[in-house]
Amino acid sequence: MNAPSASSKLDRSDARRHRSDARRQYWCDTFTLWRRNKLMVVGTFIILVLLVVAAAAPLLATQGPFDQISKDRLIPPSAQYWFGTDSLGRDIYSRVVYGSRVTLLIALLVAAISTPLGMAIGVLSGYFGGAVDEFLMRTSDVFLAFPKLILAVAFAAALGPGVENAIIAISVANWPSYARLARAETLTVKNNEYIQAMRVLGASNLRIMIGHITPMCLSSIIVRMSLDMGAIILTAAGLGFLGLGAQPPTPEWGLMVSDGRDFLVDQWWVSTLPGIAILIVVVGFNLLGDGIRDILDPHQRQN
Amino acid sequence: MAAEQLLSVKDLRVNFHTLRGVVHALQGVSFHINRQETLGLVGETGCGKSVTARAVLRLVVAPGEIAGGEVHFEGRNLLGLTEVEMRTLRGSQISMIMQEPKMSLNPVIRVGRQVGETLRIHDPSMSKKIAAQQAVDMLAQLGIPDPKRVARRYPHELSGGMAQRIMIAMMLVTRPKLLIADEPTSALDVTIQAQILELMNRLIQEIQTSVLMITHDLGVMAESCDRVAVMYAGQIVEIGPVRDVLKDPRHPYTQGLLKTLPDKAHPDEPLYSIKGAVPTLLSAHKACGFAPRCAHRFKPCDEAPPPMHALGNGRRAACYLLGDYAGVPG
Amino acid sequence: MPGCRAKEEFMAFANSLNTARAGNETADQPILELTDLHVHFPIREGLLNRSVHTVKAVSGVTLSIRPGESVGLVGESGCGKTSLGRAVVGLSPVTFGQVAFRGRSLVGLSGQQAYERAKLVQLIFQDPYSSLHPRKTVRDLVGVGLKLHKLADDEKIDRIVLDMLKRVGFGLEHMYRYAHEFSGGQRQRIALARALVLHPEVLILDEPTSALDVSVQAQILNLLKELQREFNLTYLFISHDLSVVNYMSDRIGVMYLGHIVEIGPRTRIFQAPRHPYSQVLLSSLPSTDPDKPGKKIVLEGDPPTPIDPPPGCPFAPRCPRVEDICHQDKPVLTAQGGHGDHLAACHFPGELKFSQV
Repeated sequence: MNAPSASSKLDRSDARRHRSDARRQYWCDTFTLWRRNKLMVVGTFIILVLLVVAAAAPLLATQGPFDQISKDRLIPPSAQYWFGTDSLGRDIYSRVVYGSRVTLLIALLVAAISTPLGMAIGVLSGYFGGAVDEFLMRTSDVFLAFPKLILAVAFAAALGPGVENAIIAISVANWPSYARLARAETLTVKNNEYIQAMRVLGASNLRIMIGHITPMCLSSIIVRMSLDMGAIILTAAGLGFLGLGAQPPTPEWGLMVSDGRDFLVDQWWVSTLPGIAILIVVVGFNLLGDGIRDILDPHQRQN
Repeated sequence: MAAEQLLSVKDLRVNFHTLRGVVHALQGVSFHINRQETLGLVGETGCGKSVTARAVLRLVVAPGEIAGGEVHFEGRNLLGLTEVEMRTLRGSQISMIMQEPKMSLNPVIRVGRQVGETLRIHDPSMSKKIAAQQAVDMLAQLGIPDPKRVARRYPHELSGGMAQRIMIAMMLVTRPKLLIADEPTSALDVTIQAQILELMNRLIQEIQTSVLMITHDLGVMAESCDRVAVMYAGQIVEIGPVRDVLKDPRHPYTQGLLKTLPDKAHPDEPLYSIKGAVPTLLSAHKACGFAPRCAHRFKPCDEAPPPMHALGNGRRAACYLLGDYAGVPG
Repeated sequence: MPGCRAKEEFMAFANSLNTARAGNETADQPILELTDLHVHFPIREGLLNRSVHTVKAVSGVTLSIRPGESVGLVGESGCGKTSLGRAVVGLSPVTFGQVAFRGRSLVGLSGQQAYERAKLVQLIFQDPYSSLHPRKTVRDLVGVGLKLHKLADDEKIDRIVLDMLKRVGFGLEHMYRYAHEFSGGQRQRIALARALVLHPEVLILDEPTSALDVSVQAQILNLLKELQREFNLTYLFISHDLSVVNYMSDRIGVMYLGHIVEIGPRTRIFQAPRHPYSQVLLSSLPSTDPDKPGKKIVLEGDPPTPIDPPPGCPFAPRCPRVEDICHQDKPVLTAQGGHGDHLAACHFPGELKFSQV
């Protein structure tokens, strides 16, 4: 055991140094694990590209997304129009680039709404058990009984078309799985001794749920969320395809795929290229999600 | 002498590859077990005793690997055998009992069948009926009341002591030559521990099996072992007959360990504690592993790892204090 | 209005606790008193979740602990010692009976009252690997009590936490690490620091060293004794290890199946136990002296579960000295050999012959 040092006065810069050392070690380990997983590196790269494209859309696009050049309708991919043009003479490449913003917006907003909502319901349910648990879980069961896309379509149809309503509809279909997950984690954690220690220290239930149980749910929620991104984007594209999400002339990828329905064989580029964009982004999120799960796995870290 | 040796381990090395580097869990462990003898492997958490057991059975899995040494069982080098050959040995010639019996038993299979299965693995010609009967016989031999009914139970329906008895049944039913017992009573209450140890001693005598008894409990070791090897930081620091090592420990770590036990005769004196902490084993020992915590540390201790000094009567200890060196210790 | 009344009650309770703490009512008044304590857990089965069986973890324990005293409770699994310790801090339900801190009841406390209790009694858990939050730094772990009870601002918490960490043998470099970076012994020291920042008067130690190696155990036990002197603590030390309890306690109580079967000063329990179970327990200790192996009294069968226990003496089914009366009449704690402080609950105390280790 170390003997106490002579002065017990706290040196703030020393404390800061120790804290940053500890943090640095954590991120170093994370980086090492990340680097080892080739697929995850690919996934991260894809998502980074998505973010860059979305942020720098005006710089990367060659035309405006709504510009129609009537004489250049349905032109195949060429030097001037990299992805060709659609039936209204709009440059598909530029629309794909701008479409990344819509996609990202929908994905992030859905995650931002449904994840905290689901987590809160799950933690409450798991912590209190009994009637509260029964009520909340049966409610979520009702939602879970429907396939997510069908549910989203139903809500979107009820709410009316538009990106905002699409976001709400998808969020509504999404929260129950987070609730289930959070509830499962809560049940595992709530009888652990460190939670009991909090009760002995006098912490209230709310304090325990927010400050001590929720952090334990975070890793599985984060993994789930990154894996879900792909599904969310597909659902949004699906709604767009059905005309229930983004409305013309918004450059949403699903909508763009729908636009090209009538000329799928001869003018394949109108549907296919936005479709490929969807594919790449969904795969990217899946790879990222898998990798995050491996990194956050405490067993991996402890070794 | 060599014909007497059932198990002979020479310079065994095991490494674990972790995020922080390579952990040298075993750094040159050497010992032997004679026929019908019980050797105790004693040490604290992290000293490498469980790793030793698993290395003998070739059960070290990634990120661990056996990095060197020899393990001779009845003359064959186990490290040179194929996995198929090892499997014929495991459970029939060399068995292992572990600390948490309920975790070692399959939770969805009735215990009688699990014991019988062990028999049939090593003798495929045995019929299920005969195996079942032998299993029940074994349970009766273990002093389990109403063995037929107990054989139909599932592991979770049994108490810790009962489950450990089933484990012992499973592991001894094939009458192995060597039994490795890894902390068999650590999870049990002290009165049950007394029962289990008495049972094990009786069976070991009957079956005439040798035992490698791994424990951190010096009392258990004192009562069930003929010889003992004390491990510290991946190495054996002292080995010899139990009585000698306990009454006259020669290695400072053994001495310290024995002193930390609460003394019934002087209950008010503060407990002796060995200062410092166990090293991390991220690098192989370049000097005596115990030196940083040793009260008798002197010059040679920091220069090279001490060799094993023979002390007569089969006793050995790795400490410079035991050889003749220029310079006075302290 | 209910809100006002609750607040009044709480203020009254807090004030009474504060006066109890500040004033020295009587040095002889027990600081912790358990009276006929029963802790029962219903086992619910069936579709309607009906209570089918009852686990009687603690069945009628009466215990009085004086300020500054160190009482050891020893027994094996199922004896109820852990449930007893947890009942004092509100983690196990009190089915019947009373737990009193300086005369004020600790049973059935409201949220606010439980909040106040935290500053009086604390508990150290057995498993150091699950009693610390894996996602919090040591600083947050230890300081959480201060934050909860609003006893200091962030900067002051840093200072107090560092001070406490130093007292238990850590330094600045440990403050921002996470629990998994520490060994079992170190974690128990962190748990101690966490409990002590609130300066409780009573510390319940539930098998604090059972998961640790012997040399680490020695460190922790020495530390516990130092801290007891320094912080003027009263200890209820729970363990299955008789030799550890012998080292740590002034008085030892032996528990079996929810009952205290024997209690008395440490020396007498250890050298001349009167209850057959105490004698069995003592004889089961493996000896490290090969010259004195001692004869063990080995019991048959497994320890019973405290589910629906039979009438009569709880030890009757396994007692080597059992007679018919034992199955019918539950013995009460009676003074042994004229010593009022040494009690045993047995119809035939001291009649089991065995050779002392």
